[in-house]
Amino acid sequence: MHNILECENLSKYFGPVKALDSVTLSIPKGRIVGLLGPNGSGKTTLIKICNNLLTPTSGKIRIGGFEPGIETKKIVSYLPEKNYLNNWMKVSEILNFFRDFYDDFNMDKAYDMLGKLKIDANTRLKTLSKGTKEKVQLILVMSREAQLYLLDEPIGGVDPAARDYILETIIKNYSENATIIISTHLISDIEKILDDIVFLKDGQVILTKTVDEVRDEYGKSIDALFREVFRC
Amino acid sequence: MMPWDLKPDRPIYTQLIEQLELKICSGVYPLGSKLPSVRDLAQEASVNPNTMQRALAKLEETGLIYTHRTSGRFVTEDVKMVQKVKEKLAYELIQEFLQNMKRLGFDEKEIALIITKMAGGADNA
Repeated sequence: MHNILECENLSKYFGPVKALDSVTLSIPKGRIVGLLGPNGSGKTTLIKICNNLLTPTSGKIRIGGFEPGIETKKIVSYLPEKNYLNNWMKVSEILNFFRDFYDDFNMDKAYDMLGKLKIDANTRLKTLSKGTKEKVQLILVMSREAQLYLLDEPIGGVDPAARDYILETIIKNYSENATIIISTHLISDIEKILDDIVFLKDGQVILTKTVDEVRDEYGKSIDALFREVFRC
Repeated sequence: MMPWDLKPDRPIYTQLIEQLELKICSGVYPLGSKLPSVRDLAQEASVNPNTMQRALAKLEETGLIYTHRTSGRFVTEDVKMVQKVKEKLAYELIQEFLQNMKRLGFDEKEIALIITKMAGGADNA
């Protein structure tokens, strides 16, 4: 099967609000995709449906051929926009927790990344800064050998140096069969590592192209195009 | 180390080709030497590995690099070919320079004069 994620006329309404409005989207294996759009455009809603945290109002969604559920949780590694880790736990305890929970968790990878970012595994989460907590969360997610990574705002809260390291980590851990979907506002920081972009506006997909197609056809960066399309 | 200089308003793929050519011509990757892996090159340039892969495939098509089935990618040993690429890059640089100078209002004669003068000055320095 060629596509890891397929949506067909996928809609999600919250009362009268159309958070997602008939989204049809195919994302192939082995791609790094930027899910881009202003606040309230439906990025997080789409990612939550992929993780079975929301159920669609109508339409179809398949991940690796399955509807979101137990089967897809085995192959999807998800970084939520919010911190969900227990503050009383030590970093090492959370790593063990993830190892027990996910068959594809690679402990060596996790410790390697912790070391690079100079995070002591013996510290308790509540003593870590907000940015460091975000790094820990991203390490947990990227240490799985998943088929689909869904990263909701992965670099928003970390400093530029750590941001570079995180992007480097994404490039380094990229495997030809895995797809990474990154939702973010920080487009200029990530556009060089993306294959494709998906622009969401008011719950609808308004543009899907490769990064180089955009640069070629519009003569501008994704960041510049975004600012033009979504000018307030 | 020669940094990867990527502009935001042009396709990354074409810029990677140019930068790889430049690195080969300037000896960062000498004739006949082994190139780093796709992943390492992508990481160094902070770009998508698929894009780097495509750029390398294009250079392979032109013959500037070649793949050894088991041991990776290498720079060609063909001196003439590298010389040709060098000339192509020089031609592009000069074209760009001429365009900029004309925009400033100099005609070809004046440009030639300035260059001769500056080249002479460099000799004396």
